Amino acid sequence: MLEVVVTDTLVEASAAMSDRARFLGGGTLVMRQVNYGDQRFNRIVRCRERLDEIRAEGDRISIGSGVTMARIMGSSELEFLAPAARAVGGPAVRNMATIGGNLIAPHPYGDMAVALLALDGEVTLADGSTQALEQYLTRRRGLVRSISIQRPSRDEFRFRKVSRVKPKGASVMSMAAHLQRNAGRLSNVRVAYGAMAPTPIRVTAVEQALEGASFDLGGITPALNVATDGLSPPDDALASAWYRREVAPVHLRRLLLEEDRR
Amino acid sequence: MKTPVIFTLNGAEAAAFADPGQNLLDVLRRGVGDLSPKYGCGQGTCGTCTVLIDGEPHLSCLVLAEVVQGRVVETAGGMADGPDLHVLQTAFMEGFAAQCGYCTPGMLMAAKALLDHNPSPTREEVIEAISGNLCRCTGYEPIVEAILNAARAPRRAPERTV
Repeated sequence: MLEVVVTDTLVEASAAMSDRARFLGGGTLVMRQVNYGDQRFNRIVRCRERLDEIRAEGDRISIGSGVTMARIMGSSELEFLAPAARAVGGPAVRNMATIGGNLIAPHPYGDMAVALLALDGEVTLADGSTQALEQYLTRRRGLVRSISIQRPSRDEFRFRKVSRVKPKGASVMSMAAHLQRNAGRLSNVRVAYGAMAPTPIRVTAVEQALEGASFDLGGITPALNVATDGLSPPDDALASAWYRREVAPVHLRRLLLEEDRR
Repeated sequence: MKTPVIFTLNGAEAAAFADPGQNLLDVLRRGVGDLSPKYGCGQGTCGTCTVLIDGEPHLSCLVLAEVVQGRVVETAGGMADGPDLHVLQTAFMEGFAAQCGYCTPGMLMAAKALLDHNPSPTREEVIEAISGNLCRCTGYEPIVEAILNAARAPRRAPERTV
Protein backbone atom coordinates (compact mmCIF):
# COMPACT_ATOMS: atom_id res chain seq x y z
CA MET A 1 0.00 0.00 0.00
CA LEU A 2 1.37 3.37 -1.05
CA GLU A 3 1.76 6.12 1.54
CA VAL A 4 2.51 9.81 1.12
CA VAL A 5 4.72 11.45 3.73
CA VAL A 6 4.68 15.25 3.82
CA THR A 7 7.45 17.03 5.69
CA ASP A 8 8.12 20.67 6.46
CA THR A 9 11.79 20.64 5.51
CA LEU A 10 14.09 18.91 3.07
CA VAL A 11 16.14 17.59 5.99
CA GLU A 12 13.06 15.85 7.35
CA ALA A 13 12.23 14.58 3.89
CA SER A 14 15.74 13.19 3.62
CA ALA A 15 15.25 11.32 6.89
CA ALA A 16 12.01 9.82 5.55
CA MET A 17 13.74 8.43 2.46
CA SER A 18 14.72 4.79 1.97
CA ASP A 19 15.29 2.40 -0.92
CA ARG A 20 11.52 1.91 -0.99
CA ALA A 21 10.73 5.64 -1.10
CA ARG A 22 10.67 8.24 -3.89
CA PHE A 23 10.89 12.00 -3.46
CA LEU A 24 8.19 13.93 -5.29
CA GLY A 25 9.36 17.17 -6.87
CA GLY A 26 7.44 18.26 -9.96
CA GLY A 27 5.89 14.82 -10.35
CA THR A 28 6.93 14.13 -13.94
CA LEU A 29 9.14 11.19 -12.98
CA VAL A 30 7.51 9.77 -9.86
CA MET A 31 3.85 10.03 -10.86
CA ARG A 32 4.36 8.15 -14.09
CA GLN A 33 5.81 5.32 -12.00
CA VAL A 34 2.81 5.52 -9.67
CA ASN A 35 0.40 5.48 -12.61
CA TYR A 36 2.05 2.35 -13.98
CA GLY A 37 1.90 0.56 -10.64
CA ASP A 38 5.63 0.49 -9.99
CA GLN A 39 6.07 -1.84 -7.03
CA ARG A 40 9.67 -0.90 -6.29
CA PHE A 41 8.54 1.75 -3.84
CA ASN A 42 5.70 2.13 -1.39
CA ARG A 43 6.31 5.62 -0.08
CA ILE A 44 6.18 9.06 -1.69
CA VAL A 45 7.94 11.81 0.21
CA ARG A 46 7.33 15.46 -0.46
CA CYS A 47 8.21 18.57 1.49
CA ARG A 48 6.64 21.97 1.95
CA GLU A 49 9.96 23.81 1.98
CA ARG A 50 10.27 25.95 -1.10
CA LEU A 51 13.42 25.15 -3.00
CA ASP A 52 12.93 27.70 -5.72
CA GLU A 53 15.52 30.38 -5.02
CA ILE A 54 17.80 31.64 -7.78
CA ARG A 55 20.75 33.47 -6.23
CA ALA A 56 23.85 35.05 -7.74
CA GLU A 57 27.05 34.20 -5.87
CA GLY A 58 29.95 36.04 -7.47
CA ASP A 59 30.76 34.39 -10.76
CA ARG A 60 28.41 31.52 -9.94
CA ILE A 61 24.65 31.15 -9.66
CA SER A 62 22.84 28.91 -7.20
CA ILE A 63 19.56 27.41 -8.40
CA GLY A 64 17.13 25.75 -6.00
CA SER A 65 16.37 22.16 -6.93
CA GLY A 66 12.66 22.98 -7.13
CA VAL A 67 13.10 25.60 -9.84
CA THR A 68 11.09 24.55 -12.89
CA MET A 69 12.12 24.65 -16.51
CA ALA A 70 9.47 27.32 -17.14
CA ARG A 71 10.96 29.46 -14.37
CA ILE A 72 14.42 29.14 -15.90
CA MET A 73 13.05 30.22 -19.26
CA GLY A 74 11.57 33.30 -17.62
CA SER A 75 14.62 34.25 -15.58
CA SER A 76 16.89 37.01 -16.86
CA GLU A 77 19.66 35.66 -14.59
CA LEU A 78 19.49 32.29 -16.34
CA GLU A 79 18.95 33.43 -19.90
CA PHE A 80 21.88 31.30 -21.08
CA LEU A 81 20.10 28.18 -19.79
CA ALA A 82 16.84 28.93 -21.60
CA PRO A 83 17.68 26.78 -24.66
CA ALA A 84 18.35 23.79 -22.40
CA ALA A 85 15.15 24.39 -20.42
CA ARG A 86 13.16 24.70 -23.62
CA ALA A 87 14.55 21.33 -24.73
CA VAL A 88 12.65 19.63 -21.91
CA GLY A 89 9.14 18.44 -22.86
CA GLY A 90 6.28 20.70 -23.85
CA PRO A 91 4.98 23.75 -21.95
CA ALA A 92 2.99 21.70 -19.42
CA VAL A 93 5.97 19.49 -18.58
CA ARG A 94 8.17 22.57 -18.24
CA ASN A 95 5.72 24.04 -15.71
CA MET A 96 6.19 20.94 -13.60
CA ALA A 97 9.65 19.47 -14.24
CA THR A 98 12.31 20.71 -11.83
CA ILE A 99 16.02 21.14 -12.25
CA GLY A 100 16.56 18.73 -9.34
CA GLY A 101 14.50 16.05 -11.04
CA ASN A 102 16.41 16.47 -14.25
CA LEU A 103 19.54 15.28 -12.46
CA ILE A 104 17.97 11.89 -11.83
CA ALA A 105 15.95 11.57 -15.03
CA PRO A 106 16.71 8.25 -16.74
CA HIS A 107 18.18 7.95 -20.23
CA PRO A 108 17.40 9.52 -22.70
CA TYR A 109 16.13 12.38 -20.51
CA GLY A 110 18.23 14.80 -18.50
CA ASP A 111 19.10 17.44 -21.10
CA MET A 112 19.34 20.18 -18.50
CA ALA A 113 21.85 18.16 -16.51
CA VAL A 114 24.09 18.15 -19.60
CA ALA A 115 24.13 21.94 -19.57
CA LEU A 116 24.82 22.05 -15.83
CA LEU A 117 27.67 19.60 -16.23
CA ALA A 118 29.33 21.83 -18.80
CA LEU A 119 28.96 24.77 -16.41
CA ASP A 120 30.92 23.10 -13.61
CA GLY A 121 27.79 22.15 -11.69
CA GLU A 122 28.07 21.48 -7.99
CA VAL A 123 25.17 20.12 -5.94
CA THR A 124 24.36 20.93 -2.34
CA LEU A 125 22.53 18.09 -0.64
CA ALA A 126 19.87 18.28 2.05
CA ASP A 127 22.48 18.08 4.83
CA GLY A 128 24.43 21.00 3.39
CA SER A 129 27.28 18.89 2.02
CA THR A 130 28.43 19.58 -1.52
CA GLN A 131 29.79 17.48 -4.33
CA ALA A 132 30.63 17.96 -7.98
CA LEU A 133 27.68 17.23 -10.22
CA GLU A 134 29.86 14.80 -12.13
CA GLN A 135 30.35 12.82 -8.94
CA TYR A 136 26.68 13.04 -7.95
CA LEU A 137 25.60 11.63 -11.32
CA THR A 138 27.61 8.45 -10.76
CA ARG A 139 25.37 7.39 -7.84
CA ARG A 140 22.55 9.90 -7.70
CA ARG A 141 22.03 9.37 -4.00
CA GLY A 142 20.70 12.01 -1.64
CA LEU A 143 18.16 14.79 -1.98
CA VAL A 144 19.51 17.86 -3.72
CA ARG A 145 18.85 21.26 -2.18
CA SER A 146 20.45 23.41 -4.89
CA ILE A 147 22.80 23.37 -7.84
CA SER A 148 25.54 25.94 -8.28
CA ILE A 149 26.91 26.65 -11.75
CA GLN A 150 29.46 28.94 -13.27
CA ARG A 151 27.97 31.96 -15.00
CA PRO A 152 29.28 31.99 -18.58
CA SER A 153 30.18 35.14 -20.45
CA ARG A 154 27.83 36.14 -23.20
CA ASP A 155 29.09 33.95 -26.03
CA GLU A 156 30.92 31.21 -24.11
CA PHE A 157 28.08 28.74 -23.62
CA ARG A 158 26.60 26.40 -26.22
CA PHE A 159 23.76 23.88 -25.98
CA ARG A 160 22.37 21.61 -28.63
CA LYS A 161 19.71 18.92 -28.56
CA VAL A 162 19.28 16.44 -31.40
CA SER A 163 15.87 14.79 -31.64
CA ARG A 164 13.81 13.22 -34.37
CA VAL A 165 10.58 15.01 -33.46
CA LYS A 166 10.44 18.79 -33.31
CA PRO A 167 9.83 20.91 -31.37
CA LYS A 168 9.42 18.23 -28.71
CA GLY A 169 11.15 14.87 -28.75
CA ALA A 170 13.47 12.74 -26.67
CA SER A 171 17.18 13.15 -27.27
CA VAL A 172 19.15 11.20 -29.81
CA MET A 173 21.88 13.16 -28.11
CA SER A 174 22.35 16.50 -26.41
CA MET A 175 25.55 18.47 -26.07
CA ALA A 176 26.74 21.45 -24.09
CA ALA A 177 30.03 23.30 -24.03
CA HIS A 178 31.52 26.07 -21.93
CA LEU A 179 34.14 27.61 -24.18
CA GLN A 180 36.28 29.91 -22.08
CA ARG A 181 39.11 31.66 -23.85
CA ASN A 182 42.47 33.02 -22.83
CA ALA A 183 44.44 35.24 -25.19
CA GLY A 184 42.29 34.10 -28.09
CA ARG A 185 42.80 30.39 -27.37
CA LEU A 186 40.35 27.96 -25.81
CA SER A 187 41.10 27.40 -22.14
CA ASN A 188 39.47 25.33 -19.37
CA VAL A 189 36.89 24.08 -21.82
CA ARG A 190 34.11 21.83 -20.52
CA VAL A 191 32.06 19.67 -22.86
CA ALA A 192 29.23 17.33 -21.84
CA TYR A 193 26.95 14.92 -23.68
CA GLY A 194 23.53 13.51 -22.88
CA ALA A 195 22.00 10.25 -24.18
CA MET A 196 25.49 9.02 -25.05
CA ALA A 197 25.95 7.08 -21.79
CA PRO A 198 23.69 5.91 -18.95
CA THR A 199 23.88 9.41 -17.44
CA PRO A 200 24.98 12.82 -18.75
CA ILE A 201 28.74 12.70 -18.99
CA ARG A 202 31.75 14.96 -19.52
CA VAL A 203 33.80 14.22 -22.60
CA THR A 204 37.36 14.57 -21.43
CA ALA A 205 38.94 13.52 -24.74
CA VAL A 206 37.20 16.42 -26.47
CA GLU A 207 38.04 18.82 -23.68
CA GLN A 208 41.72 17.91 -23.84
CA ALA A 209 41.80 18.25 -27.61
CA LEU A 210 40.28 21.73 -27.37
CA GLU A 211 42.67 22.97 -24.69
CA GLY A 212 44.77 25.75 -26.16
CA ALA A 213 43.23 25.33 -29.62
CA SER A 214 42.30 28.20 -31.85
CA PHE A 215 38.56 28.70 -32.07
CA ASP A 216 37.99 27.87 -35.73
CA LEU A 217 37.38 24.77 -37.80
CA GLY A 218 41.09 23.98 -38.04
CA GLY A 219 41.52 24.37 -34.30
CA ILE A 220 38.60 22.17 -33.33
CA THR A 221 39.17 19.38 -35.89
CA PRO A 222 41.33 17.29 -33.51
CA ALA A 223 38.44 17.42 -31.03
CA LEU A 224 35.97 16.28 -33.68
CA ASN A 225 38.22 13.30 -34.39
CA VAL A 226 37.91 12.15 -30.76
CA ALA A 227 34.24 13.13 -30.37
CA THR A 228 33.23 9.73 -28.97
CA ASP A 229 36.54 8.45 -27.60
CA GLY A 230 36.04 6.59 -24.35
CA LEU A 231 32.27 6.47 -24.76
CA SER A 232 29.92 3.51 -25.24
CA PRO A 233 26.75 5.09 -26.58
CA PRO A 234 23.58 3.08 -26.02
CA ASP A 235 21.32 1.39 -28.55
CA ASP A 236 17.71 2.36 -28.06
CA ALA A 237 14.52 2.96 -29.99
CA LEU A 238 15.68 6.45 -30.96
CA ALA A 239 19.07 5.61 -32.41
CA SER A 240 21.65 2.87 -32.52
CA ALA A 241 25.03 3.18 -30.89
CA TRP A 242 26.56 3.14 -34.38
CA TYR A 243 24.42 6.06 -35.51
CA ARG A 244 25.22 8.05 -32.41
CA ARG A 245 28.94 7.54 -33.00
CA GLU A 246 28.67 8.51 -36.64
CA VAL A 247 26.76 11.75 -36.16
CA ALA A 248 28.35 12.95 -32.92
CA PRO A 249 31.28 14.71 -34.66
CA VAL A 250 28.87 16.52 -36.98
CA HIS A 251 26.75 17.79 -34.13
CA LEU A 252 29.81 18.65 -32.08
CA ARG A 253 31.08 20.82 -34.93
CA ARG A 254 27.68 22.52 -35.25
CA LEU A 255 27.62 23.06 -31.50
CA LEU A 256 31.09 24.52 -31.21
CA LEU A 257 30.90 26.77 -34.27
CA GLU A 258 27.21 27.58 -33.85
CA GLU A 259 26.67 26.68 -37.49
CA ASP A 260 22.90 26.68 -37.16
CA ARG A 261 22.90 30.36 -36.29
CA ARG A 262 24.52 31.40 -39.54
CA MET B 1 -5.54 6.97 4.46
CA LYS B 2 -7.46 9.35 2.25
CA THR B 3 -6.55 13.02 2.13
CA PRO B 4 -9.21 15.72 1.78
CA VAL B 5 -8.55 18.09 -1.11
CA ILE B 6 -10.44 21.33 -1.57
CA PHE B 7 -9.76 23.47 -4.60
CA THR B 8 -11.46 25.79 -7.07
CA LEU B 9 -12.60 24.04 -10.22
CA ASN B 10 -13.79 26.23 -13.05
CA GLY B 11 -14.80 28.97 -10.65
CA ALA B 12 -16.61 26.81 -8.10
CA GLU B 13 -15.37 25.08 -4.98
CA ALA B 14 -14.70 21.39 -5.40
CA ALA B 15 -13.82 18.84 -2.76
CA ALA B 16 -12.78 15.21 -2.83
CA PHE B 17 -10.92 12.60 -0.82
CA ALA B 18 -7.74 11.52 -2.56
CA ASP B 19 -6.16 8.11 -2.14
CA PRO B 20 -2.40 8.02 -1.48
CA GLY B 21 -0.69 8.55 -4.82
CA GLN B 22 -3.92 9.33 -6.65
CA ASN B 23 -3.40 11.77 -9.48
CA LEU B 24 -5.42 14.90 -10.15
CA LEU B 25 -6.90 13.51 -13.36
CA ASP B 26 -8.42 10.63 -11.46
CA VAL B 27 -9.81 12.94 -8.79
CA LEU B 28 -11.30 15.22 -11.43
CA ARG B 29 -12.95 12.38 -13.32
CA ARG B 30 -13.97 10.03 -10.54
CA GLY B 31 -13.90 12.28 -7.50
CA VAL B 32 -15.73 15.38 -8.70
CA GLY B 33 -17.22 14.15 -11.96
CA ASP B 34 -15.50 16.41 -14.48
CA LEU B 35 -15.00 14.05 -17.41
CA SER B 36 -13.52 16.63 -19.79
CA PRO B 37 -9.82 15.88 -19.18
CA LYS B 38 -8.94 12.48 -20.65
CA TYR B 39 -6.57 9.70 -19.66
CA GLY B 40 -4.20 8.98 -22.53
CA CYS B 41 -0.74 7.73 -21.71
CA GLY B 42 -0.38 8.26 -17.98
CA GLN B 43 3.24 9.27 -18.43
CA GLY B 44 3.19 12.88 -19.62
CA THR B 45 3.60 12.21 -23.31
CA CYS B 46 0.19 12.78 -24.91
CA GLY B 47 -1.15 15.90 -23.20
CA THR B 48 -4.84 15.05 -23.35
CA CYS B 49 -5.11 15.38 -19.57
CA THR B 50 -3.84 18.99 -19.70
CA VAL B 51 -5.54 21.32 -17.23
CA LEU B 52 -4.63 24.78 -16.00
CA ILE B 53 -3.45 25.12 -12.42
CA ASP B 54 -3.25 28.75 -11.31
CA GLY B 55 -3.45 29.67 -15.00
CA GLU B 56 -0.57 27.50 -16.21
CA PRO B 57 -0.88 24.23 -18.15
CA HIS B 58 -0.11 21.07 -16.21
CA LEU B 59 -0.50 17.39 -16.98
CA SER B 60 -3.15 16.29 -14.50
CA CYS B 61 -2.12 12.64 -14.73
CA LEU B 62 1.28 13.60 -13.29
CA VAL B 63 -0.02 15.89 -10.55
CA LEU B 64 -0.44 14.34 -7.11
CA ALA B 65 -4.02 15.30 -6.35
CA GLU B 66 -3.37 16.61 -2.84
CA VAL B 67 -0.93 19.17 -4.24
CA VAL B 68 -3.81 21.27 -5.65
CA GLN B 69 -5.21 21.96 -2.18
CA GLY B 70 -6.31 25.62 -2.22
CA ARG B 71 -5.36 26.17 -5.84
CA VAL B 72 -7.35 27.12 -8.92
CA VAL B 73 -7.93 24.42 -11.54
CA GLU B 74 -9.47 24.98 -14.97
CA THR B 75 -10.57 22.29 -17.37
CA ALA B 76 -12.13 22.24 -20.81
CA GLY B 77 -15.41 21.49 -19.08
CA GLY B 78 -15.49 25.02 -17.73
CA MET B 79 -14.68 26.89 -20.92
CA ALA B 80 -18.20 27.50 -22.17
CA ASP B 81 -20.34 30.19 -20.55
CA GLY B 82 -23.66 28.39 -20.41
CA PRO B 83 -24.77 27.88 -24.01
CA ASP B 84 -22.06 30.23 -25.29
CA LEU B 85 -18.98 28.37 -26.39
CA HIS B 86 -15.53 29.77 -25.74
CA VAL B 87 -14.00 31.40 -28.80
CA LEU B 88 -11.52 28.51 -29.01
CA GLN B 89 -14.27 25.92 -28.94
CA THR B 90 -16.10 27.74 -31.72
CA ALA B 91 -12.93 27.97 -33.79
CA PHE B 92 -12.21 24.27 -33.30
CA MET B 93 -15.74 23.38 -34.33
CA GLU B 94 -15.85 25.64 -37.36
CA GLY B 95 -12.39 24.63 -38.48
CA PHE B 96 -12.95 20.87 -38.09
CA ALA B 97 -10.03 20.79 -35.68
CA ALA B 98 -11.23 17.57 -34.11
CA GLN B 99 -11.72 14.16 -35.62
CA CYS B 100 -11.85 11.52 -32.90
CA GLY B 101 -11.79 14.36 -30.37
CA TYR B 102 -9.71 12.58 -27.76
CA CYS B 103 -6.91 15.14 -27.79
CA THR B 104 -9.31 18.10 -27.96
CA PRO B 105 -9.68 18.89 -24.22
CA GLY B 106 -5.91 19.01 -23.83
CA MET B 107 -5.47 21.02 -26.99
CA LEU B 108 -8.08 23.51 -25.85
CA MET B 109 -6.42 24.01 -22.48
CA ALA B 110 -2.96 24.37 -23.97
CA ALA B 111 -4.38 26.90 -26.44
CA LYS B 112 -6.27 28.75 -23.73
CA ALA B 113 -3.10 29.10 -21.67
CA LEU B 114 -1.36 30.52 -24.71
CA LEU B 115 -4.07 33.05 -25.58
CA ASP B 116 -4.50 34.08 -21.94
CA HIS B 117 -0.84 35.11 -21.89
CA ASN B 118 -0.38 36.06 -25.51
CA PRO B 119 -3.56 37.16 -27.31
CA SER B 120 -1.87 37.51 -30.69
CA PRO B 121 0.52 34.57 -31.06
CA THR B 122 2.52 33.79 -34.15
CA ARG B 123 2.14 30.47 -35.90
CA GLU B 124 5.42 29.32 -34.35
CA GLU B 125 4.20 30.24 -30.89
CA VAL B 126 1.01 28.23 -31.46
CA ILE B 127 3.03 25.21 -32.56
CA GLU B 128 5.24 25.56 -29.51
CA ALA B 129 2.22 25.89 -27.21
CA ILE B 130 0.68 22.61 -28.38
CA SER B 131 4.00 20.81 -28.75
CA GLY B 132 3.21 18.70 -25.69
CA ASN B 133 -0.14 17.55 -27.07
CA LEU B 134 -0.39 14.65 -29.48
CA CYS B 135 -3.08 14.34 -32.14
CA ARG B 136 -3.20 11.18 -34.25
CA CYS B 137 -6.04 12.28 -36.57
CA THR B 138 -5.84 15.82 -37.84
CA GLY B 139 -2.21 16.26 -38.78
CA TYR B 140 -2.28 19.32 -36.48
CA GLU B 141 -2.85 21.81 -39.29
CA PRO B 142 -6.58 22.43 -38.58
CA ILE B 143 -5.77 22.78 -34.88
CA VAL B 144 -3.08 25.37 -35.48
CA GLU B 145 -5.40 27.25 -37.84
CA ALA B 146 -8.26 27.11 -35.33
CA ILE B 147 -6.10 28.60 -32.59
CA LEU B 148 -4.89 31.35 -34.90
CA ASN B 149 -8.49 32.02 -35.97
CA ALA B 150 -9.57 32.18 -32.34
CA ALA B 151 -6.84 34.72 -31.68
CA ARG B 152 -8.10 36.81 -34.59
CA ALA B 153 -11.76 36.51 -33.60
CA PRO B 154 -13.45 39.53 -32.03
CA ARG B 155 -13.22 39.51 -28.28
CA ARG B 156 -16.29 39.56 -26.11
CA ALA B 157 -17.81 43.00 -25.82
CA PRO B 158 -16.34 44.98 -22.95
CA GLU B 159 -18.63 45.52 -20.00
CA ARG B 160 -18.68 49.28 -20.46
CA THR B 161 -18.51 51.21 -23.68
CA VAL B 162 -18.01 54.91 -24.06
